[in-house]
Amino acid sequence: MATPNTPLWEVFIRSRNGLAHKHCGSLHAADSTMALRAARDIYTRRGEGLSIWVVPSNAITASDPSEKGMMFEPAESKIYRHPTFYDVPEEVGHM
Amino acid sequence: MSVPSIQVSETPLVLYVLRRADDALILGHRLSEWCGHAPMLEEDMALSNIGLDLLGQARELYTYAAKVEGKGNDEDKFAYLRDVRQYRNLLLMELPNGDFARTMVRQFFYSAFADLYWRTMMKSSDATLAAIAAKSEKESAYHLRHSSEWIVRLGDGTEESHRRAQAAIDELWAFTGEMFAVDDSERALIDAGVAIDPAGLSSQWLKTVTGVVNEATLALPKNDWMQQGGRVGRHSEHLGHLLSELQSLQRSFPGATW
Repeated sequence: MATPNTPLWEVFIRSRNGLAHKHCGSLHAADSTMALRAARDIYTRRGEGLSIWVVPSNAITASDPSEKGMMFEPAESKIYRHPTFYDVPEEVGHM
Repeated sequence: MSVPSIQVSETPLVLYVLRRADDALILGHRLSEWCGHAPMLEEDMALSNIGLDLLGQARELYTYAAKVEGKGNDEDKFAYLRDVRQYRNLLLMELPNGDFARTMVRQFFYSAFADLYWRTMMKSSDATLAAIAAKSEKESAYHLRHSSEWIVRLGDGTEESHRRAQAAIDELWAFTGEMFAVDDSERALIDAGVAIDPAGLSSQWLKTVTGVVNEATLALPKNDWMQQGGRVGRHSEHLGHLLSELQSLQRSFPGATW
């Protein structure tokens, strides 16, 4: 739906100090101030966040789904990039 | 309507607490009427959130009023089993939602008051009221910010939103004076440090309201004749209709739970 007076915004919430802001959804709002208010009311009702970012959706440049073969498949065969071949000494504990 | 209304022993403190509880319940109920009907999903959530904040305030105040009264009443009985003439809310709270601009102007006028009121009540000599004030103050501050943002955008928006916002201000203005009125029963509580004198908040309220209204390119009416009556149970025709909906279940099926 085209809503020229209330464009789309992407919402990012940081749930705890030390964590990164994570994308949690989107909403419509007239401007950035109202988008921040709406994000607070929609996405932090249950104490989910300590900090909110809103970003105009049209400011995001996205990868093209039709190029996912070229973009992502080459990584699939490079299992040696996963650090699963190392024996972790007991003393290190949980990593 | 098969369940009779309760009797309330309205000592000054019981009456004082009930008045604030009724303000919160009735305005919260009005906001809940927007649920599923707001202009956009985002605002639907925002109005419901504000309504739930107010309902929370009402519950704490009713519970305290019941404790002070000590006659076996509780929050549910106060809400569901008092007749319209026993309600003590400001007339402003019970006025119909009208259009979105009218709902926002009503919220703005009240939140600008509630923000100051609760902040000042944090110094009440009554520890329970001071604690309720501390919680309510944060909520009211947000309600004021939310409604202020909308007043500016409606007033300084399109020709139609400006017209509707100005009409709402003109209609609701006469209901703002009741917020600052004090009667004899409250005077004693003010002297005792339990309550605060709302007259002392009026200049700051007017400054806040004028600032936002000016920024919104709107204007406050010049007339200063004010409506009163809600605090002593003389209500508009609208409250009876609201209560018949709010109370119908508990009046018809006493003690129903689900």
